[in-house]
Amino acid sequence: MATPSAPVFVARDLTKVYTMGDVQVHALRGVDFDLSAGEFVVLLGPSGSGKSTLLNILGGLDVPTAGSVVYRDHDLTTAGEAALTEYRRDHVGFVFQFYNLIPSLTARENVALVTEIAASPMTPEEALALVALGDRLDHFPAQLSGGEQQRVAIARAIAKRPEVLLCDEPTGALDITTGVVVLEALTHVNRTLGTATVVITHNAAIAGLADRVVRLADGRVVAVEHNAVKVEARSLSW
Amino acid sequence: MVRPRLHLRALTRKLLRDVWEMKSQALAIAVVVAAGVTMFVTYLSNFDSLVRTLSRYYERQQFADVFAGATRAPGPLAARIGAIPGVDIVDTRVVADVTLDVTGLDEPANGRLVSLPSPGAPALNRVLLRRGTWPDPARPDDVVASEVFCEAHGFGPGDRVAAIVNGRRRQLTIVGVGISPEYVYSIRPGDLFPDNRRFGVFWMQRAALAAAFDMEGGFNDVALTLAAGASSDDVVARLDRLLEPYGGRGAYTRALQVSAWTIENELTQLRMFGLVTPAIFLSVAAFILHIALTRALALQRGQIAALKALGYGNRTIGWHYVQWALVIAAAGALAGVAGGAWLGAKMADLYNEFFRFPMLDYRVSPGVALWSVLGSLAVAAAGALAAVSRAVAVPPADAMRPDAPARYRPSLIERLGVARRLPQAARMVLRTLERQPVRALLSMLGIAAAGAVLVIGLSFIDVMDVLIDEQFMQAMRQDVTVTFVGPRSADAVHAAARLPGVMAVEPQRVVPVRLRAGARHRTLAIIGLTPDASLQRVVARSGAVIPVPPAGLVLSRVLGDVLGVTPGDSVRVEVLEGARPAFDVPVAALVDDSMGVQAYMARDALHALLREGRTVSSTALKVDPRDLAQLHLTLKALPAVAGVAVREATLRNFRQTMAEHMNLIIAFNVGFAAIIAFGVVYNAARVSLSERSRELASLRVLGFTRDEVGRILLGELAVLTLLSLPVGAVIGYGLGLFIMTIFNNEVYRLPFAITAQSIAWSWLTVVGAAALSSIAVRRRLDRLDLIAVLKSRE
Repeated sequence: MATPSAPVFVARDLTKVYTMGDVQVHALRGVDFDLSAGEFVVLLGPSGSGKSTLLNILGGLDVPTAGSVVYRDHDLTTAGEAALTEYRRDHVGFVFQFYNLIPSLTARENVALVTEIAASPMTPEEALALVALGDRLDHFPAQLSGGEQQRVAIARAIAKRPEVLLCDEPTGALDITTGVVVLEALTHVNRTLGTATVVITHNAAIAGLADRVVRLADGRVVAVEHNAVKVEARSLSW
Repeated sequence: MVRPRLHLRALTRKLLRDVWEMKSQALAIAVVVAAGVTMFVTYLSNFDSLVRTLSRYYERQQFADVFAGATRAPGPLAARIGAIPGVDIVDTRVVADVTLDVTGLDEPANGRLVSLPSPGAPALNRVLLRRGTWPDPARPDDVVASEVFCEAHGFGPGDRVAAIVNGRRRQLTIVGVGISPEYVYSIRPGDLFPDNRRFGVFWMQRAALAAAFDMEGGFNDVALTLAAGASSDDVVARLDRLLEPYGGRGAYTRALQVSAWTIENELTQLRMFGLVTPAIFLSVAAFILHIALTRALALQRGQIAALKALGYGNRTIGWHYVQWALVIAAAGALAGVAGGAWLGAKMADLYNEFFRFPMLDYRVSPGVALWSVLGSLAVAAAGALAAVSRAVAVPPADAMRPDAPARYRPSLIERLGVARRLPQAARMVLRTLERQPVRALLSMLGIAAAGAVLVIGLSFIDVMDVLIDEQFMQAMRQDVTVTFVGPRSADAVHAAARLPGVMAVEPQRVVPVRLRAGARHRTLAIIGLTPDASLQRVVARSGAVIPVPPAGLVLSRVLGDVLGVTPGDSVRVEVLEGARPAFDVPVAALVDDSMGVQAYMARDALHALLREGRTVSSTALKVDPRDLAQLHLTLKALPAVAGVAVREATLRNFRQTMAEHMNLIIAFNVGFAAIIAFGVVYNAARVSLSERSRELASLRVLGFTRDEVGRILLGELAVLTLLSLPVGAVIGYGLGLFIMTIFNNEVYRLPFAITAQSIAWSWLTVVGAAALSSIAVRRRLDRLDLIAVLKSRE
């Protein structure tokens, strides 16, 4: 079990303001967030609570309006486009609600997109075996079920052996059975590779998988809970 | 099971599959690129091939550098000409123009007799014998005839042609068929277009020709080559001085030799055409690539975000999408090079009809092929770059979110209350167009570009009609022009009036001169016209008839440019016949005319300057058509007649030969323009379809029929197509004017013209292309998988 050790992320007083048309949207209003190596964190909160914004900033897809975020010795707050790209390439794996697979590439090729540019990746075949898709290598996304597509996305995210895996509503588009299979894949990766994992959900049932549950509402952290005992994915129900 | 796999990077595989997915659109774009490249390769490879063929031909057959004619120079003068510093080889000749009576031809034809070098003498402008033999020294009437003339009449060795040689009718026997670098473009002196049935060159033995024209021991024509580094101006001046006592008609360099000059102008035009037309095509290709890619990239928004999240940088992603454009352009360019190789050979055949070489050695120039491929790639990349950089610049977090619903509002027409009761479909069409005015404008301009190219292509037909009207209906309205052997007294006019069927006679005085203004000069003939002439008149490109003033010269504007003179300036006129007087004459007017370089003057003023009576060189005749045949017969036998030009025959010949040439060019242009029209419209339709498939599928689910949904999509296209028609006509008009300005040269300056009929044809073609694309898109729309579209997240 991962014991809190050297923090992977230290984020302080993160603020993010979007301007949409004439309106200013405060997505984050001063959020502090730490993540330790190997930790499994669930970010819980309703739509518009700022979960995705926080995840995007941690993943180097977005930059905060104010505040600081540091990944190990990388200051992401001041990093430029090129530095953020390099950061994403070397250290972070993403899993999205809608999989975002490249439809014109097979499962193996979607994973190869990453393994071709990462420093010390596993092979696409290994990555897909980790999510129990070793027999679907040459299928195109359109030939796979939603759960399978999401597992390809997980394989694609972990193939580079990232230190952090960031998942935005990974089961949001899935029914419970397939959702459980996907969550099993995530916990399996967290346990076997020790990848620090952050999972966004508005589904409280998933919180039981986490070492720590961070609740957000209206751009603020409203509660942090530590699970003394984590539940197994297959025992989840919602 | 391990399958051997071609190792391609995942992004490369994505590229190939994505392009394959949009193959019909890619094909439409590639075809437009191919059309541009085909033209580029066709024109420029022909240019290169012609240049190469000519220079080799000129060199091998010793085409002279300087030419001069005289009345009669003594033989020993040749040695003095050879002694001019800078002169390499001198070849003296006897040249004479005669009237021919050709079997099967009602009207008289014209022949030019040129002496063959005596055995052992240095020879320039060497005749290349294609068939038959050289004349037998024992048979003075043996000739080698020009190949184009023989082909026009189906003549070969053994056939005979009657000629009026110095007043005596002689039967020339064709023993050989030949070509010469001097007559690559074979045209009767003073004519505007070649007429191979009515003009032929005949090479005879010098002794026979000299005997007939009293040139024994002398010559009336000289050609020479220059030593390396010699100044042609200097040699021309010295040669003129030597020939002056012997009736020298002014030496000129190869650049002004009729055949070489015409080809040079044709080459310049070919190169211009080879650059300008493909440029238009490739711009259109870049443009539709831009539209197609912009849309494809919008559809790939989520994929771009994913690639960024995976750690792909903007450059890598940008390059990936630019490659789409490059793959399509490369395919088009390669097809274009192949097309150019094929079509270029066809065009080379056509040039072989007009210009006669030993063999036009046509091949695609590697440089041209390379440049066309590189150029298409560059143009495609330019078209793609704007679309790609915009798409790639979206921050990944933004790209992750689906596009916000587009903001719609009632269209202008609705707000104005003009069409409150518009059907729902019409309202949707209008709102869509108005919401994305730039997109709508770009699509409309793309279709307009196709219309414009069509207008340009079709305008050539109108231009030819205008040219014919101007030349044969306005400027040269005489039925027959009779040129005399040397100047004649006014009696000749009365004699001409008594010829069969002649209803009106207009005497003309044509004087060979050299016009000089400062250091610039040009050798040509001043045409003396009657000021109130109604047959041969001076007509500007605008169609305006320019009256010949009582004094002073009227010059073609190009001639004014050559000499650097404007009205009011004075030019030195050095007469190159008779007593060879020289005088200063003011330029009265410059006329913006269509053909050649011309100088006109009132006949009486010319007589006064020459201190002569009412001498005539030629007459323009108006003839009763019923007596034309009788007139032809009479003219064929008249010894004083050096040449006869018959308008009907000239016009018929022009329509046949020139029209044949032009028709091919026009067919190229129109064919390619139709391809563009289809490419653009099809692309616009496909883009709309992909953009709106979700919306259209929703409508189908709501119960709209296929027809109703089709009407919404195709209605948009119809509106854009209709809007594009006038715009295309205007752009085409502008570009046509521009192209005609570029193509102005000394040989001809085409007036730009476009008729309502051509505009209508261009519109019909565009509408037809739009209809075809609509059918193609409609079929695709009918196959749309509603459920899949609705379930997919945009």
